[in-house]
Amino acid sequence: MSKVHVQTTINGDQVEFLCVPQQTMLEALRDVLGKLGTKEGCGTGDCGACTIMLDGRLVCSCLMLAAEAEGQELTTIEGIAGPDGLHVLQRKFLEHAALQCGICTPGFIVAAKALLDRNPNPDEGAIRYWLAGNLCRCTGYDKIVRAVQDAAKELAYQA
Amino acid sequence: MAEAVDLRVVGTTPVRPDGVDKVTGRAQFGADLNMPNMLHGRILRSPHAHARIKRVDLSKALAMQGVYAAVSGADFPMLASGEVSGEAGGDLADIARNVMARDKALYHGHAVAAVAATSLEVAEQALDAIEVDYEVLPPVLDVLEAMAADATLLDEQCFTKGLSETPDKPSNIAAMVKLARGDLEAGFAAADVVVEGEYRIPMAHQGYIEPHACTATVNEEGKATVWCCTQGHFDFRTMTAHILGCKIADLKFIASEIGGGFGGKTVVYLEPVAVMLSKKAGRPVKLVMTREEVFRATGPTSGSVVRVKVGARKDGRITAAKAWLAYEAGGLAGAPVGPGVMSIFAPYDLDNFLVEGYEVLVNKPKVAAYRAPGAPQSMHAMEVALDDIARQLDMDPLDLRLRNAADEGTQAPYGPKFPPIGFKACIEAAKKHPNYLAQVPEGAGRGVAAGFWFNIGMQSSAEVRINEDGSVVVMEGNPDIGGSRASMCLMAAETLGVPYEQVKTYVGDTESTGYCMVTGGSRTTFATGMAVVRACEDIIAECKARAAATWGVDKDQVEWQDGTAVPAPGVNADVNPLSLADLAASASATGGPILGKASLNAQGAGASFSINFADLKVDKETGAVEVLSYTAIQDAGKAIHPAYVEGQMQGGAAQGIGWALNEEYIYDQDGVMENAGFLDYRMPVASDLPMIDTEIVEVPNPSHPYGVRGVGETPIVAPLGVAANAVRDAIGIRINDLPMSPPRILAALDAA
Amino acid sequence: MARVVFPEHLLRHTGGQRELELFVDNYRELLAVLEERWPGIRGPLNKSAVAIDGQIYQGAFLEPVHADSEVFFMARIEGG
Ligand code: FES
Ligand code: FES
Repeated sequence: MSKVHVQTTINGDQVEFLCVPQQTMLEALRDVLGKLGTKEGCGTGDCGACTIMLDGRLVCSCLMLAAEAEGQELTTIEGIAGPDGLHVLQRKFLEHAALQCGICTPGFIVAAKALLDRNPNPDEGAIRYWLAGNLCRCTGYDKIVRAVQDAAKELAYQA
Repeated sequence: MAEAVDLRVVGTTPVRPDGVDKVTGRAQFGADLNMPNMLHGRILRSPHAHARIKRVDLSKALAMQGVYAAVSGADFPMLASGEVSGEAGGDLADIARNVMARDKALYHGHAVAAVAATSLEVAEQALDAIEVDYEVLPPVLDVLEAMAADATLLDEQCFTKGLSETPDKPSNIAAMVKLARGDLEAGFAAADVVVEGEYRIPMAHQGYIEPHACTATVNEEGKATVWCCTQGHFDFRTMTAHILGCKIADLKFIASEIGGGFGGKTVVYLEPVAVMLSKKAGRPVKLVMTREEVFRATGPTSGSVVRVKVGARKDGRITAAKAWLAYEAGGLAGAPVGPGVMSIFAPYDLDNFLVEGYEVLVNKPKVAAYRAPGAPQSMHAMEVALDDIARQLDMDPLDLRLRNAADEGTQAPYGPKFPPIGFKACIEAAKKHPNYLAQVPEGAGRGVAAGFWFNIGMQSSAEVRINEDGSVVVMEGNPDIGGSRASMCLMAAETLGVPYEQVKTYVGDTESTGYCMVTGGSRTTFATGMAVVRACEDIIAECKARAAATWGVDKDQVEWQDGTAVPAPGVNADVNPLSLADLAASASATGGPILGKASLNAQGAGASFSINFADLKVDKETGAVEVLSYTAIQDAGKAIHPAYVEGQMQGGAAQGIGWALNEEYIYDQDGVMENAGFLDYRMPVASDLPMIDTEIVEVPNPSHPYGVRGVGETPIVAPLGVAANAVRDAIGIRINDLPMSPPRILAALDAA
Repeated sequence: MARVVFPEHLLRHTGGQRELELFVDNYRELLAVLEERWPGIRGPLNKSAVAIDGQIYQGAFLEPVHADSEVFFMARIEGG
């Protein structure tokens, strides 16, 4: 089968790769591009472990075809920390013990960042509904929600 | 127990040492290893729930371009039944037959063959080319029907274990367990109220977000290296060696980071297959399950039918209790009916009781451990019965439990007298809790239930090394599922008297550290923690000896204070205290690198009790249940890192709520699970839950240097009863069966 | 004398006897005495857990058994 040539931007880097037409973006990230921070929990769009940002939109990379990345800008967990170190959300997840096993964490952090980018001051309900596409089996969500609340507070203070 | 000493770092909540890698995507989980020249494996699974396998022909698959290996049951040695897999328990013959079916497929999804090929696509095509002849047999799906004398047999060699005499006929009942005390008849005769019920709970899955994954590579000398997500790589190594008939020394297991397990990753599924494929192919082989495979072929925990009858006097004192348990084992034996029997009455001081449990084979996946295995199912029934008694006596449900609560010296239903335990302390804490003192919100209902788990100790090893600059490396062998590296660092820092930041904990592979039994049974902080503390004490003894040599005094003239060797009081030596860094710097002159080690079989794990309560609201139009508030109170003995203890309590509560309200294996009549995905197997999401309030009670376990009991499992036990009792309170109707999903609640409302 | 109690699943090895009292110094001796009395019981006992004076051991060996000790055999516990 002939492969598709894709040119895209991932975490600010220009990236070119080849993929088979039916390959998902998750597979391309993990198997072709070696970006293993994005996780697979289900492959069917139900767990959010594979969450990435596509031109400012939140998507499950397991439901997106790799070929659709052509000309777009993607952000993965590897692109969340900046040159100055961890993003506030990452720090708050650590401080609040908002991860136990940590397999869901990349997806939650990408999703929470998308939330705070659009709504810097979400209430608890808004956080819970926004993150309802991300499954965590370990924490019961309590500490995750608190970490996001605290990150929002700190970001508001900085702004 | 180092009682009432001032602890400097134990009990604080620093950031875990592996944290940064886990929030940045650096941490490597089971599916994150790719090796050069690696092949991809796939497993062929039975399309039938019950079938004789008459023939497996791999030849067409093997002939395909890009296919390097194919295996079926015939490639694996047959194991004699009765070989128990080390401390992790279970009959190895059953585990082996679960890894790869031999003569029979025992559930839909049972592994029948496997291939390794250059890509996943080729591997998938090769599965289609494998020919299997099945003789399809009627599936046995209902636990009570499976117990009937004329039931279709899953295993003609299954003779019930645990009876006083071995039965002369085989059956689907794999084992029977019984506990009894006192005079049941007299007990019930003395009762003013007697309640009775039958409670059914279907199978439920652990639901870890990371599917099973492993990569194996076997070289031409037959030496295998296996990288996998596991709760215990040492026990995985033992099981794999037995199942493949190879030497333990030929296997090296490396535990990746693990994306949740809850008991489901204490047993091998993929590893022996990956090793076998790699050996045949001469190349590394990676096997990763899909979510659907995880549901169909791993986990779950037993579905159950539990019958309970409890009698009590007007003052609330229980006079007699009787229970009958039937637990589904799945297609092969191994249901947790023993702990189900031993735990059902454990929180209570009972004079007269009888409990009988049966482990039953059905054509469903072989069950695996799930958090406090066996306890939630049986204790749900008891906690519901107690709720009914409290209602009939018009008594506060906490008072009823306090009236009967086990305490230090109470003879546990499973035999021994309890050492100090914290059940009463939990009940007292609940009675004073602001959430309990608050009014139940309008239209809602409140439920109360107790939880319990034994906890275990067992074998662990730890090594502590001092670097040249005095920094500390702790090596142990328990995969870190929920922050255990942080707990080890805290205990090491506390014992050595150094700052937390000076210590780093690593999880070694099977060749770089000594044996540690699985991360399970809530044992890691207790048992491996104890080994770490002992290894640190070894370091202190060594440091004192070196300080003594440096100063030219006797060893017993040196004391260890705040990470520093100082002369003992009254010792008249004009010397400067030596810190760990000083001693490390001069190590070459005093005997070489400083190393401490300990290995032990930790005894005296302390039982952990809990009380949970919640306010729930039922939407009478849709049958949906809203959790308004949830409070979990549990005795941790001592919380080393309280935030991770709270996390265990919150996570267990969420799992238990999911089990009570929505999660279940749904089967069609052919024994095919109909909801093998996260969309239809509905686990709680963030918007389903409120904040989960926690209160940690600390009644120290005298057997641990810091009083630790182990906390990981108890949290899942109480929520089932809590939810059942709260729904009863909210709608005035008792729903005996779980899950209380919207259709079941609507049906109950309609019937009323 | 130490009191030793057997659970249901071991009764087939003890001819139905639920408990007995005897003098031993430690668990190893206890096992030897029981094996002498009921040949073949050692295997199943080794697969059981044992509680000596309330303390549960999985794989006891040299643990002391006192004159007033209570020894309960029980099923082993694993866990998730
Ligand atoms: S892996 Fe994409 S949503 Fe689960
Ligand atoms: S921390 Fe384990 S799934 Fe979220």
